[in-house]
This record gives sequence, structure tokens and C-alpha cells, in this order.
Amino acid sequence: MEPELNGGDFPSPIPWLGKAGKVPPLDRVATPESEAARIGEPQLIQIRKSKSPVRDKDARHGAEMRIFASANRPKSDAPTRDVTRAVNAASAPATTTNTGGPRAPTQTKKPKKKLPGSGIPARKVIRSLVWVRRAAQVGFVSLFLFFLAHTAFRGTFAASSSEPVRLPLPVEGFLLADPFVGAMTLLSTHTIYRGLAWGLVVLALTLVFGRVFCGWICPFGTLHHFFGWIFPSRYLRGTRRVESNKTHWWQAGKYYIMWGFLGAALVGSSIGGLLDPICVAVRTIGLGVIPALQYFGVRSATVIANSNVRALQSASDGAQDVLARTVWTANQSYFHQTWLIVFFLIAILFMNRFIPRFWCRALCPLGAFLGVVSRFALFGMEKDHAKCTDCNLCLVNCQGADSPQGGVKHRQDECHMCLNCENACPEDVIKFRFLPKRTSTIQKPDLERRTLVAATAAGAVCIPGMRIANWPDKAYSEKVIRPPGAVEERAFLERCIRCAECMKVCPNNALHPAFFEAGIEGLWTPILIPRSGYCEFSCVLCGQVCPTGAIQKISEKQKMGIGQKPIAMGTAMYDHGRCLPWAMATPCIVCEEFCPTSPKAIWPEEVEVPKRDSKYQKEGEQAAMLTIKVQRPHVDPSLCIGCGACEKVCPIVDKPAVYVTNAGETRSKTNVILLENTRYGQS
Amino acid sequence: MADSSRRDALRRIALSGTVLGGAALTAKWAFDPGGFGLSQAEGERQVRDFRIHTKAPGQDNVFAIAKSSTDPAELVRRAVDAMGGMKRFVSRGDIVAVKPNIGWDRMPVHAANTNPLVVAEVVKLAFDAGAKEVIVTDASCNEANRCFQRSGIWRAAYGLGATVILPSAHRFRDMRMKGEVLDLWPVYTPLVNADKVINVPVAKHHNLAKFTAAMKNWYGILGGRRNRLHQNIDVSIADLATFMRPTLTIVDATRVLLRNGPQGGNMDDAKDMHQVIASLDQVAADAYACTLIGEHASNVKYLKLGHERGIGNMNWAELPHVEV
Repeated sequence: MEPELNGGDFPSPIPWLGKAGKVPPLDRVATPESEAARIGEPQLIQIRKSKSPVRDKDARHGAEMRIFASANRPKSDAPTRDVTRAVNAASAPATTTNTGGPRAPTQTKKPKKKLPGSGIPARKVIRSLVWVRRAAQVGFVSLFLFFLAHTAFRGTFAASSSEPVRLPLPVEGFLLADPFVGAMTLLSTHTIYRGLAWGLVVLALTLVFGRVFCGWICPFGTLHHFFGWIFPSRYLRGTRRVESNKTHWWQAGKYYIMWGFLGAALVGSSIGGLLDPICVAVRTIGLGVIPALQYFGVRSATVIANSNVRALQSASDGAQDVLARTVWTANQSYFHQTWLIVFFLIAILFMNRFIPRFWCRALCPLGAFLGVVSRFALFGMEKDHAKCTDCNLCLVNCQGADSPQGGVKHRQDECHMCLNCENACPEDVIKFRFLPKRTSTIQKPDLERRTLVAATAAGAVCIPGMRIANWPDKAYSEKVIRPPGAVEERAFLERCIRCAECMKVCPNNALHPAFFEAGIEGLWTPILIPRSGYCEFSCVLCGQVCPTGAIQKISEKQKMGIGQKPIAMGTAMYDHGRCLPWAMATPCIVCEEFCPTSPKAIWPEEVEVPKRDSKYQKEGEQAAMLTIKVQRPHVDPSLCIGCGACEKVCPIVDKPAVYVTNAGETRSKTNVILLENTRYGQS
Repeated sequence: MADSSRRDALRRIALSGTVLGGAALTAKWAFDPGGFGLSQAEGERQVRDFRIHTKAPGQDNVFAIAKSSTDPAELVRRAVDAMGGMKRFVSRGDIVAVKPNIGWDRMPVHAANTNPLVVAEVVKLAFDAGAKEVIVTDASCNEANRCFQRSGIWRAAYGLGATVILPSAHRFRDMRMKGEVLDLWPVYTPLVNADKVINVPVAKHHNLAKFTAAMKNWYGILGGRRNRLHQNIDVSIADLATFMRPTLTIVDATRVLLRNGPQGGNMDDAKDMHQVIASLDQVAADAYACTLIGEHASNVKYLKLGHERGIGNMNWAELPHVEV
């Protein structure tokens, strides 16, 4: 039937690869040699990679691998002698059968729920604590996502019309409890702003239990824990996983990063928020993942809604209503230049494929901060090196890469207190307890003093360096329109941790992460982009969620200027060359209609203007000149608050005829237009 | 190497034939002749007509003005009763859409949105008349959650069991109105898919259109970039009023914004007037209501357009009406 199979002798399709392209027919009887060459060889290579096969003899993954290998290999296979011996302990039946045929199911069955080696199970309290830890991680991630999804004003039927609009939940809670944010802003502002005192709770937890925050609470850490488990499932097994979970020199990197950021804070910049894990989580998920989910969700629902089947349409509408009130918001949010933010998230998540929890081990400044503090922790690990059989099961399950295995000292500063190592240890080596003996632990981060000083100095020097490039005192860019209630630019940079809470909560999608508009130091700080959305007149939510006071918690009265001067973010300017009534004799005045102040900052001047008729009345004649009435808009700079409503609604879409710049912003003492009116609001 | 068998050759030819045929079918199905597809508006104007055509026994009033109370709810009841009662307009099992003005983030005292007490009373009357569902919604100008909450309408309507729908993108579908300036626009579906529609606007000053109430309230059925409409605001309003023919119009003039419209924002801009107008004719309702801020219908261009188009009658004084 098949000439290829019967002919046998045909030229190889890719000659330089030898017989690689040739697939032997299935019914041909395999010789032991060819079988070993085909199946045994690659696995042998894997086995030989491990440095001490005898020590590895009980490693769960290693054993599994070798059972598979030995089942397919003839008895006389000399190079695997040491391996065969290693397998003896784990699964005796594997060596007695060596047919080379298909594996019998009994051969691969491992005795379940029995640990290898001495098989001493972990203490019951540890086994249950591991499950408590998992529950806590799920719980805290859920809480974090719940808060993040509710970092949006969705209104309520229950509120009366005069009730001030506030978020009912402490949605910025995780940031408030972040002691690195607290430490940074303490260094830069010499104060601890309101809720940041919650950082003391995490600090206290760390002083008692070590870095439990990293292993049990941190939502971003849990995200990495999850991806460190999912991503490398095939790639990082056995020896490779053990190797990647050993302590590496580059884990010191996060300490230098942290000291660099603290150095920067010392000279007045909270730029460390760029890498603070809670800030990163809010920024990447809030500005990237949730809007992306919404985009795809709404697109899919639109496909359903276009089906013109009434039942499907109402189901799709209902689902979207529910999602708009729980996960995302009624209108799709878009964020300026978020590609870099999302790319960063994808990159660090993908690193989990090669090194589990790479972010936590190598980069996280909060982890480093807690690592420094954890040297004083009362809780810790004790090891009995003599009992260790070097099975490496602890390493297979280690989260922090903190050397839980025997023969080396445990690294208290790297340990996430996940308790996996004690849970996995079959030999009664690892014991977590209060006030452990410190003979076999290292508490302090393993840092070089010179590098540490250099990192701190680099951070401190960096800030003036960046400010020479983009000097904040001189209104570097007119596009830097800060949110209402933002403090003066220098103080703003002292406080802003780029957590993106304000951008997430903004109901009109008006606040965006700056790219380089605010200078290189101002990366991802909030700016108002009125073209995307305007600042809602009575809204003060950005100040409510700001954890560091970069945006102060102003009241509606302050913002709207009831009995006082309102808070201005900038001033609107007209481009007379583009404005319909000014340049094109066309009525419009939408800007005036939307201007929220009272009296309105935009006032119309009614004028009669000439307008050429758009069509010829008679053949061969010039078009007639008409006269029409239009209202030409003007700005009263003493009333304009720079909310950008006029710019948002201007019908000249691409480059609006009225636009807001930060001129005249209340927070600045230099970027002012008018001579001060001290009698504001008095007649 | 042996030649292919005949069977194999046929099989392979058939396979390539299938692939080619599939590609040709795809090309035929997805063929794009170019051009922009949609032609300009032509043909008859589209109308969403929710009017009732039964006459109430013993009366042929076109509108009723209630001004003999200071309680908004009482005013609504009196005006609607004078028009024959809500049962005349709402049948048992109807889905009724109530369209107040919830355009702005303003409180009731600013009189930029419909008075929540007026909306609540309309909802109540509709339920009493046997409505299955009463939908209260509007496509706001300011951020919708805030408008719905701070106008007080959300709370008032929800408390009575009405379905308050907040506008979101998926609730808008493109529709061809075939108006003079308005053709293809996203239209807010909850308002056009109901059995009966009751327009509950607020009477107020408008800087460009001079005065607005019933007819201008239909701006709230549109999505998209409504800011273009202001270049020809009068014709846009007339187009929308041609498209939407409500069952009943109930103009809230309990408190009227006299200047700084349509948004207001200052309590001193508004004045208590204690009037509610229930009308079958949106033009007549607007024509009467504009006298409250000292305008005359002939100065309000969209009323003239509406009159000319036969949407209603701007000479309200000539129409049969009643004051209660």
C-alpha cells in the first residue's frame, strides 16, 4: 500500500541531518540498542547533569524521572549503574522488570503520601500552617483585586443627593500598610502621612515572624508564587529546579536597589514607587490588565449583541451591566502609554519560567526592606545538619531561595516563611520555632559595604541629575497638569509613588501615567489629559485614594471654591484659528455650556460676523456675503480652574480649539498669571 | 522510487482542488467592492411613536398646567389627572420608560436636572396604572454615576421599585434617524425599546437655544459626540423631536433655572415657580414653559421648526388647555 515504507531505501529529505527525518515504521521490532538510543539517551544526559546522584537519590522529581528511564532500558545498560542504584531505594520493582516494552502501570506507581528517605512526616502544625498560608494568599489576592476593582466610583441608590461622594472602602489599604512606602516618604518629607502608619503593622509582623508579608500577604508575591508554579511546569523540574532555588549572588541586587531608592528619597524623591511591588501591582493590573479584560470582554459581548437575537442581546447586556458594576467601569478606560507598564509586567512574570519568583528574589525593594528588618525577627529556622540526607526536597519547594538545605546556613533575610521546606523535609532536619538557635542561620543580607554605599549614593545623585535635565521649578512642560489638590511639584515628587490609584479611580479617565512629559523623574506620575477626560467638578476621589498625600484630601468646598478661591489645575486658552465661532463663522459654544464654574469662566460675546454663502445663488455669480450671529467664547482667567471640560467637549477633535495648560495652577507659586486677588469671593 | 498510484494521484488532486475551492468560496463570501457602504440619508424620516390615540371621555385638552400647590408630587398628580389620569396612557403590563433630565452633576436645588420628587411621582403613577416595569434613565453629560446619585433621582426612583439603568457603551446601538442634520447616531436603547415613553424634562435657561425643556431633553437619547449638534442646535432639536414622539410629556417647572443654563451651579440662578405641565404636545409644552423665564415661543427657533414640521403647535394659548 505505502510504497515509502516498503521501498525502504529513499534519499533522506534533509541530508545533513543524517537519519533525523526518517521515522521507522511502527511494526518493526526494536532492538535494545536502538531503543536505548532513542529513549534512554536524552534522559541520561539529564541525569548526569546532577552533581551528586547519590545525594539526589530521594529527590521526588529525580526519582520519577529515573523510574521512567529504567523501565525502558535493558538491564545491561552499563552507564546507568549509579542511577539504577539510586532508584533502588525509591522504587524497587523498577529494576526487576526490564522488558523494554510498554511500561506496566505498577512500575511507575509510587507509594502515595509517604515521603522518601526516613519518611518522617512534618509536624501536624506545619502541615496545617502550609494550608493556612495558602488560604491567606488566596484571601489577600482576592482582597487586593476586590479593592482594585472597587477603586472606582460607581454610585449608589442609597445616597442622598447632598451626601459627599466618597469611596466606601479603604481601597488603598495595601499601599498604606507598605512599610517601604512609609520609609521612603518619611525620608523625603520627614513625616508619615496619615494612613501610612499602618506600615507599622507589617513591620511588627516582620519583627516577630520574619518576611511573612512576602510569603503570606503580598498579592504581587502570590502572583509570582502562582506563575512560578504554572510557568515552569515542564521546564524547571528536578535538578534544574533545585539549582534555580539555591541562593544566588544576584539576590543581593534587591538590597542595592532598595538602598538606592532610599538614597533617592533622602534627597527628595519617592521614585522607589516605580518598583514597589504593591505600586507595580496596582499600576499594571489597574491600568493594564483590567482595561484589557474589559476591551476583550466588551468586544466579545458586542459580537453576541450583533446577533439580533433578543434573548442573546439581553443576556449580553445583563452580563455587561454586572461586569461594569463589579470588575470594570461603564466606559472603557484607556491609559496613555501603558504599553511599557504592561510589558514590564509580562517580562517579570515570564522570568518565573527560568527562576521561580525572580521578582521577589532579585528586584523587590519591599522584600529587601523587610529582609533587612527580619534580622531582628523572633521566629526562625533551626537545622540539624547531621540528620540531612541531602534529598533536596526542601529546595524543590523553596520560595525565597534562602538555603533551607543541610550543610549551608539558612538565610533568614531571604526566607518568605512559607514553611514549605519543613513541610517537605522527610528527615526531621528543619524546625521553625520562636527564638531559634542562630548557629546555622545568617540574619543579615550578604552585602558588600562599598557596593551598598555606592548604590545609596547613586540613588541620591540620580535625582539632582534628573532634575537638571527637567527642572521641576520651571514648569518643564505645559502638559504636566497635576490632579486637583496636588501639592507643589517638588513636594509632589517627594510624595508621589506612582501607584496609579488616582488614575484608576478617576471616573472620567482623565488622569494618566506621564511618560516623559514630567521629565524622566516624573515617569508614571499622574497628569490630566483633558482630551481623554476632564476633571469632574465636584469629584475629589483622587485625593481620597492617594496614600502619600501627593494629592491632598481636599473637600468639595475647597475644590469648587464655595466661599473661597477654588483649586485651579491650570487655565484654558483659545486657539482662535481653530475655534468655530472665532474662525469659521459657525455657532458652537459647547465649551461654555460645559464650563462648570458659577459664574462660568467662559463667557460668550455675541457678534455679527460676515459669512460667505456656501453655494452659488445664480450661475456665474460670486457667492453672496451673509451676516450671521455667533457667540465667541472668552476665558476669564480669574475663574478658570483648568478642569479641561471645555477641551474635552470641543468638537474640533484632533487638536482642540480650546486647551488647558498648567498656567495659573494653584499649587505653584511661580507658574502664575494674575496678580493675586486677596478679596476673592467678597463683593 | 515508484510512481504514485492512480488512487493516490486522484486523492492529491482532489485535495488541492478542495483547498482552491475553499479559498475561492472565502473570497466570494468576503469580497469587498470598495467604497464607503452607507449612503446618505434618504427616504422617510424615522419615527419612534409612542403616542396613544384614544381620547379621554369628556375632555380634549392638549395640555394641563398645575400651579395650585407647592408640593411637586401633588402638582404632577393634578396635571396628569387633568389629562385623564395615568391609566389613559399606561396599560396593564406595559414597560414604561421615564426620561428625566439627569444631565449634570448638580443637586436638586440647582434646578439643572429634573426634580427627583417629580420623577418619583411619575414612577408611582405609572406603577399604579399597572406598568410591569418602569425604567428611569438618561444619557448624562457629566459622569453618569455622579449625576444619577447627586440629582437624587436614583434614590427616589429606586426606592419605588423602578429599574434605574446607568448609561454604558453597550446600551447604545447605531440607528438611522434620517433627519435633516441627524442621521446615523448611536441611540440609547432602553429609551426606544419600551412600550411607553414619558418625557419628564426640567424647564431651564439655555445659553444657545435660549430656553429648553421637552424637545431638547431628547439629546439624552443620543450617544457619540453630541457636541457637534450645537452648530445647528435648533434643527438638531427639531430632528430629535421628530424622531421621538412620547406618550406623555411632563415638564417640571417647580424650580426653574433662569440663567447660566443649561448647567447652572449657583442656587441664586434658580427660582421656585411651582408649576408642572402635562402635555400631549411637546411643542406646546415648551412654548408655554418658555414664558416662565420671560421668553416668547417665536424667539425660540426650534419651536418654530417643530411647529412647521407639524410635531406640535407653538401657539399654546389657542389650544384647549386647563389650569388646575
